[in-house]
Amino acid sequence: MNREHNWTKITAVANIPPQEGRSVTVGEVELAIFNLHDRFVTIENRCPHKGGPLCDGIVSGTSVVCPLHGWRFDLDSGAAVRASLPACVTVFPTRVEEGIILVDPSAGRRITSEEAAA
Amino acid sequence: MSGATRRLVVVGNGMAGVACVEQILKRKHDFEITIFGDEPHVNYNRILLSSVLAGEKSAEDIVLNDVDWYRENGLRARLGVRVAGIDRAAQTVIDDEGRATHFDELILATGSSAFIPPIPGVEKKNVHVFRTLDDTRALLEKSRKGCRAVVIGGGLLGLEAARGLQLRGCEVSVVHLMETLMERQLDRDGGAYLLRKIENLGIRVMLPKQTAALTGNGRVEGLRFASGEELEADLVVIAAGIKPNAELARKAALEVRRGIVVDDYMQTSDPHIHAVGECTEHRGQTFGLVAPLMEQAKVLASTLTGSRAVAFTGASTAAKLKIMGVEIFSAGSIDESEPGIETVRYEDPSLGIYKKLFLKDNRLRGVILVGDISDERRYTEWLRQDSDLSSQRRHLLFPPPVEDPGLEVAAMPESEIICGCNGVSKGTIIGAIHEKGITTLSELKTCTRASTSCGSCTGLCEQLLRAVAPDFQEETRTTLCSCVPFSYEQLRDIVKGQQLKSVQEVLNVYGNRKGCEICKPALSYMLDMLWCGGHEEDRSARFINDRVHANIQKDGTFSVIPRMRGGVTSPDELRRIADVAEKYNVRMVKVTGSQRLDLLGVKKSDLPKVWADLGMPSGQAYTKGVRMVKTCVGTEFCRFGTQDSTSAGIELERRLENLFTPHKVKMGVVGCPRNCAEATVKDIGMVGQEGSWQVVVGGAAGKSVRKADLLITVETTGQALEACELFFQYYRENANYLERTYDFVERLGIEKVRKETVYASEQERRSLLDRLQRSKTISKDAWLERETPVNPTQFVQIQPIQSPALKETII
Ligand code: SRM
Ligand SMILES: Cc1cc2nc3c(=O)[nH]c(=O)nc-3n(C[C@H](O)[C@H](O)[C@H](O)COP(=O)(O)OP(=O)(O)OC[C@H]3O[C@@H](n4cnc5c(N)ncnc54)[C@H](O)[C@@H]3O)c2cc1C
Ligand code: SF4
Ligand code: FES
Repeated sequence: MNREHNWTKITAVANIPPQEGRSVTVGEVELAIFNLHDRFVTIENRCPHKGGPLCDGIVSGTSVVCPLHGWRFDLDSGAAVRASLPACVTVFPTRVEEGIILVDPSAGRRITSEEAAA
Repeated sequence: MSGATRRLVVVGNGMAGVACVEQILKRKHDFEITIFGDEPHVNYNRILLSSVLAGEKSAEDIVLNDVDWYRENGLRARLGVRVAGIDRAAQTVIDDEGRATHFDELILATGSSAFIPPIPGVEKKNVHVFRTLDDTRALLEKSRKGCRAVVIGGGLLGLEAARGLQLRGCEVSVVHLMETLMERQLDRDGGAYLLRKIENLGIRVMLPKQTAALTGNGRVEGLRFASGEELEADLVVIAAGIKPNAELARKAALEVRRGIVVDDYMQTSDPHIHAVGECTEHRGQTFGLVAPLMEQAKVLASTLTGSRAVAFTGASTAAKLKIMGVEIFSAGSIDESEPGIETVRYEDPSLGIYKKLFLKDNRLRGVILVGDISDERRYTEWLRQDSDLSSQRRHLLFPPPVEDPGLEVAAMPESEIICGCNGVSKGTIIGAIHEKGITTLSELKTCTRASTSCGSCTGLCEQLLRAVAPDFQEETRTTLCSCVPFSYEQLRDIVKGQQLKSVQEVLNVYGNRKGCEICKPALSYMLDMLWCGGHEEDRSARFINDRVHANIQKDGTFSVIPRMRGGVTSPDELRRIADVAEKYNVRMVKVTGSQRLDLLGVKKSDLPKVWADLGMPSGQAYTKGVRMVKTCVGTEFCRFGTQDSTSAGIELERRLENLFTPHKVKMGVVGCPRNCAEATVKDIGMVGQEGSWQVVVGGAAGKSVRKADLLITVETTGQALEACELFFQYYRENANYLERTYDFVERLGIEKVRKETVYASEQERRSLLDRLQRSKTISKDAWLERETPVNPTQFVQIQPIQSPALKETII
């Protein structure tokens, strides 16, 4: 990616235990950051079903299961997995530098509903 | 035994020899039988050595006939004694102690030995083969966590050995001479699918690799390949094939080629000497699997007991890999080059399924199944009957679905073989069920031997029992989920046998490594229960409620229900609750349906402070664990009370609180049968009456309503509490995850529950209570984590280091 990133320092990697998520409010957006062992990923912390806090879901491979009614989202694409309706959450670029997690809250990407349906 | 006249000597106390003796014992015979076996063990199931190595079974589990069996049948067993020679003229065998034993008829059932290729260095220490129980024990001893093990040979046996060693914690590599694994059973593509599955298990596979030498100074340290490459190793297992044990016969000048040559009646070139098993060669063919050997054993038994009515004409061999989660089946001829052969195939790479049929003139010649072997039996039957498949051509790879699985077995002809290893037909099983009044699988096993070898027909045997036996007693088996496709029972055995202590370990070894919201909490529970709390708890595997010890609400806040034992509180507690409610702006304070108070709408970050201010223990209202004991006022206040239900309830709650259970456990204790605290619709209830207590279990008044069953009536409160504890622990150990007691008791039947809890032997009761005590000792009030959180951000809201307004830009 060549465009400029607004990388924002969030927190030390140790603050998010492996296979768990934590929420953080950055400006206007509430994010859910997950530790997938080999990398960190960030999505919006709001389930499109009924607003469930996705950061509290159980991580299953590279997806997360909403703690309220069990909708499941792929953490890389943000698309709902095995859902009856196409649904998705926004995904934010994330990286780690010197033990600090950085997120670009302005570069959220949400796949189109056609992509989600596919 | 009736006045014995002829002496029968059997050399080899293995699977084929003893099977033959079993068959003889079933018939009218006049033999006095002596069995020689150079292994110092009673007859055991060699096939299951792989399971012993994998830790799924113990040596005791695989015994086929114990010492009593030899005694009861009047057999002379000479175990640990090797036969060194045969004197055909004198009709004697000479054992290694130099003693001669006379025979009228002799059976050679010496099996085969591991083939050791002529590689320099095979004599070094820590180089093993895998054939006998003693070999297996040696491997178990040598295989330590982190030990680098190399298996030479990528056939059935080699792969099973590799998996077994890996499950012991070794880092395993398989070195195979050929280009693909199991090339005798699989074609190239099938082999490629298998390779991926084996590698996915974390086993390294190196092919094609010819081992030129084993290196090391006295003890093996590595392998050198013909290509010059080297591989380090602490342990080497050679699984490069087998060779028939025909030496004894050769020395006695019997006709021997690769194996001891036998005719269709299992007779060798000497009319008084017979042979069965892997040591034989029949019509140019030698054997390496039990099914045909069992056939041979039957033929020989009937020949020896008087008739030549049945002959052995060879049997098709079907092979199956016994590695949990790697399904491979192959049968018949898979030679594509044969003229007239057509193949039909199906594959799905992402599911790892590959099926291939070899047909000729509309008849099945061979089959390969990888990843889905559910149709194995259909194909075996087509092979066996040489069926004309013209009418089935559209359904070769997928059978038309059967609605009721029972129908499948109902539709089988009586002659169809259910147990391939032991050649037991459907008709035989049905006959046995009716004649012997069999009701359980284990009875069926002892009586017919069905399902006692490789065990793959267990499901069918159960189906038959269910369909035919009027009082069939079932052990239900549901798999946990597709991530870890094993039943609860299997998983409990696996976790215990392998000493697995974390969810991730179980997922890595027996699952898809990922796990999901279904299996992770279930495995967390299982580990906690089996290790009585002494395991590595993995918070990420638990539902959010169990990570923060409160119940998540629709808006992401939490509810807090402190423990209020027996529903009894005090002015002081009530004051604290009121203060907390005000201080933290609790949205609602509610009396729950379980006689306690609920503070609803607490923020996650406030939870530790709320608990500290309350100064009360967690009521576990958020978890699959002990909820509460509802009580009534009992003799203390009530004019009808016959027992002190309030104190008894509080005591019951104290004894069981803080423990986890397969599903929530709610209890009730009432002072008389008016049942004011609804004890008869609780998971566990105590109902007081004049001079005694009734302990009832399996009640419910939630999704379903069920009146609890009477477990026992006892005189003292102490006895009643103990009965509750026995049932409680029994439920913890035997229920499937998320199975409430009302389903559990219904599934097992109260009679079984009674027999295994309150009416179990003193020793069994003690050990149930001991295990409960161990878990209890280690358990603690989850709300103490307010002082020692398991990780620093367990309750804290993360604050970004940088606010986006101050963000710096990195290109
Ligand atoms: C708070 C309470 C209702 C109340 O305001 O009184 C309650 C609230 C919930 N019940 Fe209940 N149950 C409450 C007493 C009961 C009772 C009455 C009792 O315990 O005597 C029952 C029927 C008895 C029984 O369970 O056998 C009851 C039967 C259920 C069931 C059905 C269980 C079943 O297998 O039949 C569920 C669903 C489940 O567990 O799968 C359930 C599940 C729930 C959950 C935990 C739903 C959930 O997973 O989020 C509710 C949590 C609400 C929240 O946001 O906090 N609740 N629930 C009661 C808390 C009791 C306590 O002090 O711990
Ligand atoms: C680990 C493993 C897994 C297997 N898995 C399967 C499977 O899944 N399916 C399948 O069909 N088959 C399997 N097999 C093969 C199966 O076990 C054999 O086909 C079967 O045991 C052969 O029976 P047998 O009686 O001919 O030989 P054995 O069972 O080997 O018995 C021969 C016995 O004779 C003894 N003996 C030899 N010489 C003498 C002597 N001179 N004096 C006294 N005693 C003597 C031997 O020590 C041995 O105890 C497996 C084998 C192994 C080792
Ligand atoms: S249990 Fe019996 S004695 Fe106790 S309150 Fe109820 S009715 Fe009264
Ligand atoms: S709010 Fe996420 S599944 Fe309902």
